[in-house]
Amino acid sequence: MLEGILLGLSTAFTPVNILMVIGGCLIGTFIGMLPGLGPMSIIAIMIPVAISIGDPSAALILLAGVYYGAIFGGSTSSILINAPGVASTVASSFDGYPLARQGKAGKALTVAAIASFSGGTIGAILLMIFAPALASVALLFHSAEYFALMVVGLSAIAAFAGSGQVGKALLMTLLGLIMSTIGEGALFNAPRFTMGIMDLQSGFGFITLAMAMFALPEALFLVLDPKRSNSDTGGQIKDLRITRQEARSIAPVIGRQSIQGFLIGVLPGAGATIASFLGYAVERNIAPKHEQEQFGKGSLKGLAAPESANNAACTGSFVPLLTLGIPGSGTTAILLGALIALNVTPGPRLMIDEPQVFWSVIISMYLGNLVLLILNLPLIPYIAKILAVPRSFLIPFILFFTLMGAYIGQNNSTELLILVGFGVCATVLRFAKYPLPPLLIGFILGQMLEDNFSRSMQLAGGIGFILERPMTMGLLAFAVVLVLLPVYRARVARRRA
Amino acid sequence: MALDRWIALFILMICLIYGYAAFFTMDGALPPFMQRNPVWPSTFPKVLSVLAVLIALTVVLGLEKPPSDDKEPDIDLSRLGDYKLGQAIILLGLMVAYALSLSTAGFIISTSVFLLAGSLTLGERRWHIMVPVTLIAVVGIWYLVQQVLGIFLRPWPFFLGN
Repeated sequence: MLEGILLGLSTAFTPVNILMVIGGCLIGTFIGMLPGLGPMSIIAIMIPVAISIGDPSAALILLAGVYYGAIFGGSTSSILINAPGVASTVASSFDGYPLARQGKAGKALTVAAIASFSGGTIGAILLMIFAPALASVALLFHSAEYFALMVVGLSAIAAFAGSGQVGKALLMTLLGLIMSTIGEGALFNAPRFTMGIMDLQSGFGFITLAMAMFALPEALFLVLDPKRSNSDTGGQIKDLRITRQEARSIAPVIGRQSIQGFLIGVLPGAGATIASFLGYAVERNIAPKHEQEQFGKGSLKGLAAPESANNAACTGSFVPLLTLGIPGSGTTAILLGALIALNVTPGPRLMIDEPQVFWSVIISMYLGNLVLLILNLPLIPYIAKILAVPRSFLIPFILFFTLMGAYIGQNNSTELLILVGFGVCATVLRFAKYPLPPLLIGFILGQMLEDNFSRSMQLAGGIGFILERPMTMGLLAFAVVLVLLPVYRARVARRRA
Repeated sequence: MALDRWIALFILMICLIYGYAAFFTMDGALPPFMQRNPVWPSTFPKVLSVLAVLIALTVVLGLEKPPSDDKEPDIDLSRLGDYKLGQAIILLGLMVAYALSLSTAGFIISTSVFLLAGSLTLGERRWHIMVPVTLIAVVGIWYLVQQVLGIFLRPWPFFLGN
């Protein structure tokens, strides 16, 4: 292994490759900030550039930089303007945006950068050590286990089901799940609930819904009540400092979620979105009661958990790609295409046949994360200053980026009208204090939940798959524990008092 | 009845219609080979509709204890007139107009008009800042999206070609 690391280091630390990673990180960060352009689209766009480079190692180093940059860029728009452009950064906006509204945008971005860096770096270390062993374990996961994983992910809604809000949070989750059934499902291949409308054939677009649920109501609230933006103009906005106590409280969260996120990322098909929701759910449910109440209102732990989990999961998704040649996510599928175009065939023999490519990918992950942190920390005060732009300029631009995100996502003007319609509905729901994140969580997980549930039912011939597969049972039991743990702890605390 | 319960009633209606479609209209068209499957396209919607109806009923009937720490709401509906409601409605109208004009008027004209009208609505009158900022942003974003990223955005009105 040491020989491989040295080989990777010698390949990655050439001036050209260092320039590649710096360029990739910058391009990824800035384009990733545009809602609607996630890592997958940016990498797809960069492939012709990477192929024209010719050298597979340099090309992969460029793409790794773009990948990490795009993930960080996506988190930036989630935190600053509540506009999560990709599903894996939705959970970051739950606490990132409230922090920005409290005038702590600089701190929120710093925590996001550090958590992303740690997640990516710990993920790369785990990838280096455990890749071959984990690849075989990942293949043991079948649709029944994926279904159970989605159920664990759904337990994230508990964060929004406070006192007197349980019914509303559950109703919003069910509404999200119902919306996910509209359109042509992957498994049944027949349109459902489309009412003959062609534009509904492919279902509602995720970006449209995310913008309508988060960014648009927030922008409208800023218009309705100009005083809401007052907190954003304070001097704290650029302040990056994290106190020692804050660092101490988020460090274990980052450590736990980096490992958990990596393990989820290894599973083909699970990916960064599930990892981020799961990370949020786990950290919220194991936190002490007084900290639990802060989740969803600006908790640093609530921001650090999904940020470290989604980055570690992105690294984890390289395990099946590099060791088995199986792309576990859309982004790795595109990377697989790029590798094949560069005459590199990923799979069990990659490490033996082309060790310089294998190790340079791993070293480029460290380098990508490190460069991202070094480049972005000094940029954070300037990025955070976006919030200090006068509202007469800021709000039209937020609305415009919201519209652009939906348009780029579906390339269809009708989507913009759907966005406005849903945005108005979401604003009314917010007037009535309905929590909106559960709706989006239900929508994102809904289709995967149904597909995996249906596949398991078909394979087992009925609901018996839950009892037949111990891993499924274990995961479902874990979901129950996650939901019941806070209730149990509250009861114990009450009894003690 | 409070607004949240009216909304729950509305959602209940949607769930009932959804449930009706799932229980009574979907299974008829199911091909015979799929009827032997343990799970049908309507299975998941049926479960969801029953659960959603039950949960919506608990909210409509107010069975859950209201939150004890009733803090000040984001927007107080009882004094809606004190807020900038007109500006919000105009901006929503502008968004609809933008959606309808994007493919006919082209990206550059429709976006410029949207951004300038949006700033004007919010009380901005410094034309010497508004116009250059808008033009630089619009042309820059169009160049990035269409020329660099290769996503088609018609720049000019339809009668001027692409």
